[in-house]
Amino acid sequence: MPVFHPIDVDEAVELLARRGPRRILAGGTDEMVRINHGAAVGEGEEIVCLNNITELRSWAFESDRGVLVIGAAVPWTELASGAIATLCPSLAEAARTVGSPQIRNAGTLGGNVATASPAGDGLCAAVALDAVAVIRSAAGSRRVPVAELVTGPKQTGLGPEELITSFEIPLTEGYQGYAKVGVRNAMVISIAGACLVVDEQHGISRLALGSVGPTILRCPEAEPLITDVILNRSGNTARLDEIVDSVRSAARPIDDHRATADYRRHAVGVLARRLVTRAISAREENNT
Amino acid sequence: MSDVIAATRERAVLGTSPTRPDAPAKVSGQFDFASDLTADGAVWGATLRSPHPHARIRSLDISPALAIDGVRTVLTADDVPGTNSFGLISSDQPVFAVDIVRFVGEPVAAVAADDPETCRRALEAIIVDYEILPALIDPEAALDPATPAIHPLGNVVRHQRIICGDPDINGEVTVEGDYEIGMQDQAFLGLEAALAIPDADGTGIELQIATQWLHEDRQQIARCLGLPEESVRLTLAGVGGAFGGREDISLQVHACLLALRVGRPIRMHYSRSESFLGHVHRHPARIWMRHHADRNGHLVKVEARYVFDGGAYASTSSAVLINAVTHTQGPYRCENAVVDGYAVRTNHLPCGAMRGFGVVQACFAHESQMDRLAAACGLDVLEIRRRNAMESGDRLITGQTVTSVAPVRRCIDETEALPLPDKAVGHGDHPYSLPGGAGLTTDTTDVVRGIGYAVSIKNLMYSEGFDDYSTARCTIENGVVSIKFATAEVGQGFVTLAGQIARSVLGVDEVVLEPIDTGVGSAGSTSASRQTWMSGGAVKEACELARDSVIASVALARGVEPGQLELLGTEIVDPIDGWRIAMTDAIQGVSVNEEAVYRHRPTVALNELGQGACHTAFAFAAHRAVVDVDVELGLVKVVQIATAQDVGRALNPISVIGQIEGGIAQGLGLAVMEEIVQVDGVIRNASFTDYLLPTIADMPPVEIALIEEPDPEAPLGAKGVGEPPTISSTPAIVAAIRDAIAQRHPEATPLSRVPVRPSDVVDAFRGLRPTDHDR
Amino acid sequence: MTGSKDDREFELTVNGKRLTVSGAPVGASLLSVLRDNLGLTGTKGACEEGECGSCSVMLDGNLVCACLVMASTVTEASIATIEGLAPSGTLSRVQEAFVDHGAVQCGFCTPGLIMAVSDLIDRQPNADRETIREELAGNLCRCTGYGRIIAAVESLLNEGDL
Repeated sequence: MPVFHPIDVDEAVELLARRGPRRILAGGTDEMVRINHGAAVGEGEEIVCLNNITELRSWAFESDRGVLVIGAAVPWTELASGAIATLCPSLAEAARTVGSPQIRNAGTLGGNVATASPAGDGLCAAVALDAVAVIRSAAGSRRVPVAELVTGPKQTGLGPEELITSFEIPLTEGYQGYAKVGVRNAMVISIAGACLVVDEQHGISRLALGSVGPTILRCPEAEPLITDVILNRSGNTARLDEIVDSVRSAARPIDDHRATADYRRHAVGVLARRLVTRAISAREENNT
Repeated sequence: MSDVIAATRERAVLGTSPTRPDAPAKVSGQFDFASDLTADGAVWGATLRSPHPHARIRSLDISPALAIDGVRTVLTADDVPGTNSFGLISSDQPVFAVDIVRFVGEPVAAVAADDPETCRRALEAIIVDYEILPALIDPEAALDPATPAIHPLGNVVRHQRIICGDPDINGEVTVEGDYEIGMQDQAFLGLEAALAIPDADGTGIELQIATQWLHEDRQQIARCLGLPEESVRLTLAGVGGAFGGREDISLQVHACLLALRVGRPIRMHYSRSESFLGHVHRHPARIWMRHHADRNGHLVKVEARYVFDGGAYASTSSAVLINAVTHTQGPYRCENAVVDGYAVRTNHLPCGAMRGFGVVQACFAHESQMDRLAAACGLDVLEIRRRNAMESGDRLITGQTVTSVAPVRRCIDETEALPLPDKAVGHGDHPYSLPGGAGLTTDTTDVVRGIGYAVSIKNLMYSEGFDDYSTARCTIENGVVSIKFATAEVGQGFVTLAGQIARSVLGVDEVVLEPIDTGVGSAGSTSASRQTWMSGGAVKEACELARDSVIASVALARGVEPGQLELLGTEIVDPIDGWRIAMTDAIQGVSVNEEAVYRHRPTVALNELGQGACHTAFAFAAHRAVVDVDVELGLVKVVQIATAQDVGRALNPISVIGQIEGGIAQGLGLAVMEEIVQVDGVIRNASFTDYLLPTIADMPPVEIALIEEPDPEAPLGAKGVGEPPTISSTPAIVAAIRDAIAQRHPEATPLSRVPVRPSDVVDAFRGLRPTDHDR
Repeated sequence: MTGSKDDREFELTVNGKRLTVSGAPVGASLLSVLRDNLGLTGTKGACEEGECGSCSVMLDGNLVCACLVMASTVTEASIATIEGLAPSGTLSRVQEAFVDHGAVQCGFCTPGLIMAVSDLIDRQPNADRETIREELAGNLCRCTGYGRIIAAVESLLNEGDL
């Protein structure tokens, strides 16, 4: 089992272009769980370890494009605080809820998206933020919105020869926030999550829902209502109820050992209402 | 006891909190837990388990596994030289399944191979052809005589009634309820592990094992191996927590069988997921209770029906059941009772001992009932408990008289007097101050604060006529005092206490603790809150014999009567002739070897009507919980727990506090998050990702009042302290959640099951008209 | 449990020493290599999926779960384990605080917690209680209910204030 430590993306994608079974390893917080639990690494399998590719572990704010470019292997800890937290608070809030400090020191947004769990905290934020995944292969590169890249539970449109190298997140003015429900106060997998991003400049908002469907869901019907309520201060109980109902209809949850479908549907509506309420308060505070 | 109390406080004697002797090794990673042990030439063992809750084994083909390079042996039921069954009370569980498997995880075969990976491949290679049988998963159905028996011993493990006083009497006020308790896991962090080393001639074996009871293990292992007990020697390996989950046999017999077969040491470790299948759990239970009282709230009668789901094999189900039924009344006076309890067999995971042992389930029900009764009588929840509080000398519904010190009222009063949290809902800006924690789930406005109380009674030591004893030996050679016992140190701190006892009794400061193994008589189990009392009593008596022996030799040398001398602190003093000699000097050149066996007073089995003095002693505790509940999402943040506990005497206050805080954490876990989920007999959350334990962010500060009224029946005045914190903390938290829910809507359905899931809170409001609070 | 044997040797830098690992299974975690190949059993395993913190070690200055690190991918990294925290026969002040405050019962979670607390007080010597909770939320303890652990940590932080 050769382990390769490419030092740049070119080398990595060349390795991925070769035949044969392989695994990509970055933070290890998902892949190593599978290996420890018996998904044995095969004889001829190659491991492509991304830890030495500095490009994947750095981020930059491209002010000309208004885009935050985050390397796919930047660990959660770095996303949860500092400058990124100021530029992109919802991603930071989501990052802070991932696992434990140990997990946040290792796990990455790239891994979260590639794993494609509907409970992925970072994935939910990435969808609400309209993040675009930059994907490289030996054949070239392509840019795919995260919302389109993830196609189902643990399913993505990534080819075996492809690598997510970064995410481009268009920065917006306006409230953004992430909230999730878990049965424990820390180190818990979301049983319902929601991320709201209000783009005041374009007069739109995006609400992404986690853990209530096969993948992260958007709320195309609720979003215009949310925008209206927040930007036009048309909020009242009835309007909020309408949003909650709409969000709950958008949810497609299942029953499992973590929660019932009924509860997940209920909870995601509550989270949506709270995020919208927080957005309204934040706007009022800014205006005073 | 006067000599003990007279010991000076500066020394590491009873009543002080010396540091643990094993702590330096534990903090530096040098302490060997069972999973850290290895031996030259060791190979690995692993277990093949049933994937089905109930199935017939049509055929079992081990030959593909034996053909794998590196596989040393594969064992099945045919290879068990002794009895192919074990069990703590009834020997009803096969070492390896024969014909039928009865739960998901039942061992079918074991392999030994050169490394864990080869073991894994060998397990995969074994071909088992199963014919799936209908699984019995409803414990009520198990009671139906028409249901086919899933075990030759039948589906009802034990039925116990209690009829006390006038069964037909009724109270002016009655309240009733149905309650449900989910299956909790002990979830000790140190997974099951053992090192089995066969004797060179193959006629005996040494087992280094993390267990709660070396001698009981030895007895069961020897029977299965077909060896005399003296050929099976057990040494306690480092134990990473136990909580009842190591009282039964798990991998002990398998490891020994493999070692004897391959003639090499065997290392055997469970993974976390295997551990969930490999040890017994806390019984899930359904309980109905009806309380009768007069209009002043004085209890007139309790009625109850219990159904405990014991899973596929008996383990300690019968003892757990009688603990529950005999604690139906709680720490309250009650003269009339009609109780029916069943422990049944199903195709679920086997259940047995876990901290609280049946009383956890009973207490959740009776404390929920006491709150209902208070409401029905228009009384405060504490007032109704005070009016009924049990006292020493009261008769229980079993007819047994409580002879223990019973400061129930003090527990209640002192709990109430402890300070409440000084901060309002959602103080500070850290998300951990609110329900949902890091998830930024909740805003202050969504939260209602609730307060709840619960009080408990718990029996200490073994019951129903069990010959319960502990052994200790004190030797003095070459001026060195050594203590030997077989008491399993599972983390509770008996190793600290043993030294304190020896120092107090003997007046020396240096005490050597010998290895914990079967080289001395049984200590009984580290369970039932019994080791401080039982092994503490044995160590005390052994040390007293040794002390008297030293004094006698000093007296002989000085030509005085031994009765003329007394030990004061660290010196033997002759008050008449006016001389003194330091104990450390007195033991030089003296050779002493004293062994003591401590027994508590005998108990009797319950008769058919549930009458009999079946328990030894009792301890009491009260808990107050303050919780912040996000009533809309059903999320709970426990803000504070306050407790006053009847400890008899705090022999090591820091250890006592550690037991109280740790026990409460497990009670909190059962209250709001811990449950093994089985669907159609298959466990769905056998991992720490999905079986949630409280983290440091979930555990609140604990305010503690230790009630020290030394119990004259206890050898050191001290009661066991391990279990009470786990028992009434759970119902206190649930009462607090109910309080919060009721503040939001007085007609909300009271919660009746633990753990309280978020959906249970949400459902409590189902169908109600919105109140002013609701947006 | 990982794939077939890899004959290739690799080296790790653990507690400042360059050590050779041979015969580790393919894809083996750092946890299993530390324990089974290097005999450093102070690092404990209790879940093998990053949910308990018992195997916490420092990897290039970051606290991580050794069970989630593939050993053969960190040959160039600096790894610090519980064994390297204090010279043999001595205790670090974190270790001493755990001993003195009764923060140890069964002790299985202790090495991982001590690594986490050592990291915490290095990075945030003035942490408040909620920060302590957030920073230690990845380390499960089943015995203590965390009360004495918090007492031990706070004693270290208070020391810093003096």
